[in-house]
Amino acid sequence: MTVTERAPGQEQPGTLVEMAWDPITRIIGNLGIYTKIDFVNKRVAECHSTSSLFRGYSVFMKGKDPRDAGFITSRICGICGDNHTTCSVYAQNMAYGITPPPQAENIINLGEAAEYMFDHTIFQDNMVFVDFCEAMVKQTNPSVLARAENTEAPHRDIHGYRTIADIMRAFNPFEGAVYKQALKVSRTTREMFCLMEGRHVHPSTVYPGGVGTVPTPTLFTDYLSRLIEILDFVKQSVAMNDDIFDFWYQALPGYEEVGRRRVLLGCWGAFQNPGVVDYRYENMANWGRAMYVTPGVIVDGQLLTTDLVDINLGIRILLGSSYYEDWVGEEPFVTHDPLGNPVDMRHPWNQTTLPAPQKRDFTDKYSWVMSPRWYDKGSDKHLALDTGGGCFARLYSTALAGLVDTPYVKSTGHSVQILLPRSEKLPEMTLEWNIPLWSNAIERDRSRAYFIAYAAAMSLHFLEQAMGRVRGGDMRTFVDFEVPAEGIGCGFHEAVRGVLSHHLVIRDGKIANYHPYPPTPWNGSPRDSYGTPGPYEDAVQEMPIFEENGPDDFKGVDIMRAVRSFDPCLPCGVHMYVGGGRTIKKIHSPMFGATHG
Amino acid sequence: MSIDAGRTKLSRDPSSAQPSAGFDHIDILWISEGMSCDGDTVSVTAASQPPIEDVILGLVPGLPSVTLHNKVLSPTLGGEAFLAPFRAAARGELEPFILVIEGSIPNQNIIEGEGYWTSFGNDVETGAPLTLNWWIDQLAPKAWAVVAVGTCATYGGIHAMAGNPTGSMGLADYLGWDFKSKGALPIVNVPGCPVQPDNFMETLTWVLYHAAGSSPPPPLDEMLRPQWLFGKTVHEGCDRAAYYEQSDFAKDYNSPKCQVHIGCWGPVVNCNVPKRGWMGGVGGCPNVGGICIGCTMPGFPDKFMPFMDAPPGGPFSSMLNKPYGVFIRRMRSLTNHSLNKEPKWRHNGSALTSGYDPRYRP
Repeated sequence: MTVTERAPGQEQPGTLVEMAWDPITRIIGNLGIYTKIDFVNKRVAECHSTSSLFRGYSVFMKGKDPRDAGFITSRICGICGDNHTTCSVYAQNMAYGITPPPQAENIINLGEAAEYMFDHTIFQDNMVFVDFCEAMVKQTNPSVLARAENTEAPHRDIHGYRTIADIMRAFNPFEGAVYKQALKVSRTTREMFCLMEGRHVHPSTVYPGGVGTVPTPTLFTDYLSRLIEILDFVKQSVAMNDDIFDFWYQALPGYEEVGRRRVLLGCWGAFQNPGVVDYRYENMANWGRAMYVTPGVIVDGQLLTTDLVDINLGIRILLGSSYYEDWVGEEPFVTHDPLGNPVDMRHPWNQTTLPAPQKRDFTDKYSWVMSPRWYDKGSDKHLALDTGGGCFARLYSTALAGLVDTPYVKSTGHSVQILLPRSEKLPEMTLEWNIPLWSNAIERDRSRAYFIAYAAAMSLHFLEQAMGRVRGGDMRTFVDFEVPAEGIGCGFHEAVRGVLSHHLVIRDGKIANYHPYPPTPWNGSPRDSYGTPGPYEDAVQEMPIFEENGPDDFKGVDIMRAVRSFDPCLPCGVHMYVGGGRTIKKIHSPMFGATHG
Repeated sequence: MSIDAGRTKLSRDPSSAQPSAGFDHIDILWISEGMSCDGDTVSVTAASQPPIEDVILGLVPGLPSVTLHNKVLSPTLGGEAFLAPFRAAARGELEPFILVIEGSIPNQNIIEGEGYWTSFGNDVETGAPLTLNWWIDQLAPKAWAVVAVGTCATYGGIHAMAGNPTGSMGLADYLGWDFKSKGALPIVNVPGCPVQPDNFMETLTWVLYHAAGSSPPPPLDEMLRPQWLFGKTVHEGCDRAAYYEQSDFAKDYNSPKCQVHIGCWGPVVNCNVPKRGWMGGVGGCPNVGGICIGCTMPGFPDKFMPFMDAPPGGPFSSMLNKPYGVFIRRMRSLTNHSLNKEPKWRHNGSALTSGYDPRYRP
């Protein structure tokens, strides 16, 4: 069982009301969340997440030129497509046996850092914070808003808002100051991205073997000047996030249970170290640990591994509740990895995608999302890892591993320290992200602001590296290559919202198999073949409800906060549909959860 | 391939459509549940000419007031609160509205039984998922205007690639190329993968001026694209095109020169991105080192793959250009060398040699 264990409740017999939100707004992609809610005990009894979209990338990429993979897979995602291009290029570099010039890695790192800054900003301030804004909270928890009016914001000297309610007003959609400023910052950061990778969101200048971006001094000046422009905003965001979330814990005691699950986190690492990475599988443990965001699997606060080879071999794709036929009877593509380790039939290298559209049935098959799990040899369990919206697992893994040590970002073994230089309004600041007590909605959301600061700080490091090379006359950004007739590759990266892997098999110079695994299948997966719910389902199931409205005008804001904290991005989705409140059946609380699976 | 050549000639007389009644208010119902990545919605948030929030807040003079219903930007929590205007429009109780479709349209007819490729909300009676196709069938005939955003919705795009399992197509393939909306407009196609942010907002703004009754409909070419945006080729707006003229080509991606030998299709693709940049004048494709893979085109992606190989005609055309290009480059090099020298009278000597003559007469 990888489901979060909870003590048996003392609830009275309750009436379950079926509530669903389909489609969920303010996310990317199609997502439905279907729940059964016990309004007497203010708890979610059951949750199913479903995605209603199948496009078939792994199907139509077969037989195509492998060099096309980065261009095609970018189109998987409309907000982090470049993460796919980058990951594909990593996998192709391995398959082609090439190492791009260091300047190419600097440019990709700068592009990806801008992507993290952009995407976390627009998602947090223009999507997540609408759930915390004055207009929303007025409807769902008027007493919280009243308290916020009378609570001074501890960091008002940094962000300029006197009370918590002032901050909440600044979050109001399209009209609030933070909402509007975030849209502008999301544009500035996207311009920074476009300087490095050409176009947002599907890059034009990123290739296997390097980049086509011309590494002139002007390129880096243009990036730096925009970065300086947003540093005040970044510092203020962290202060504002801390204020709003600390207030939430105080105003609604017990809120730590919202979206809480066991600490089961995966991070596949980001930002290659150009001095170390050679893309050889045999050296992957080494260059994986040299990445500027450390890969890792974390269970109950312990780091199980930082070795990308372990991470790779542990990936399993389970079916169970998704609309596909099993492939275990098909011919395997890769029986052993380049180190001689056996590769499981349920590993992405061996997957054959066999879509089977059918009627949605929550007792059987109900989603287009498969169920990726990570097989832990130690416990012999298929762990339903989540990514904590990406930022949370990245900070957690990096903090625990104690490997990242740069002038701007340092891991201490229990925290991450982030140094941001002086900016227009604010002095030099060192921000510290400490491992929190819980893996829950608020800590996922809070970590997003810190990771924006992390990316901004790392980009200063990458800029120094890149400008140093330019001043030394190094203009190489690309290494030429031949596509081999046969080959395999894997790429590991962090999409903005979490783990991303691409697995590639080449035969006769063509793509024989290609399987991207973005974060959302991990987070948004349905119950797997062992009956283990996916992380959204697990996080929402059994969570308490704090909304003041009853079933008739229930908005579900707590549930939405829990789901959005994972940063759902489902070109795969979660849909919630609020019915009128239909009583479906009466059951006794000891039955809760017993029928799951 | 420029504005007055080939397929880009105007096929629709702007004045032939009925003048708009002139609305004070209009709803935009935006469905991104096609086979899409939501990348066009995300792209539109990057626009600054004009920004989406300025249109919504009524800051652009002359536009009707606008209510936008878009899943990614919706202030609602989702579900029925979000779906309500879509359901009302399907019942004929909300008008006028502009229907924006994002993503390619899958073929439901190839599914036997009750499966679906993509859905948007559920049937109120049965709880079964409502397909995108159902929504289009309901809404397109009632829409005052229908806009397809991005290459997936306009022409099929990536999800309609050879070998795809879903039978995907563009909106005009689904509704018919001669479709006319209630406002007598053809489908307005704004291709691009994703759509260039300002291209979309500018087109939407034009449609809204038309809705206000203050302008004719936007002029479209025969592939239903805004003519002023897609009437020229990438190459015609590319600052690397001069290298082509001088027959000086990039041999790999390290080079800042013309990329037609390493996969750039710019000379034959309708798109303004190198000219306009990607956003705020920054970025783009071949102008910044990214080969043009034809992502705005009806033939995308299959006709451009493998992307990193030279287009079939590319080496031949550039070979014809070679004698001229090489000659002209050498001549320019000589002239350039001379222009890089200052005239010889600029010196600190004791005699003035500038040819100064105070009593000069011709």
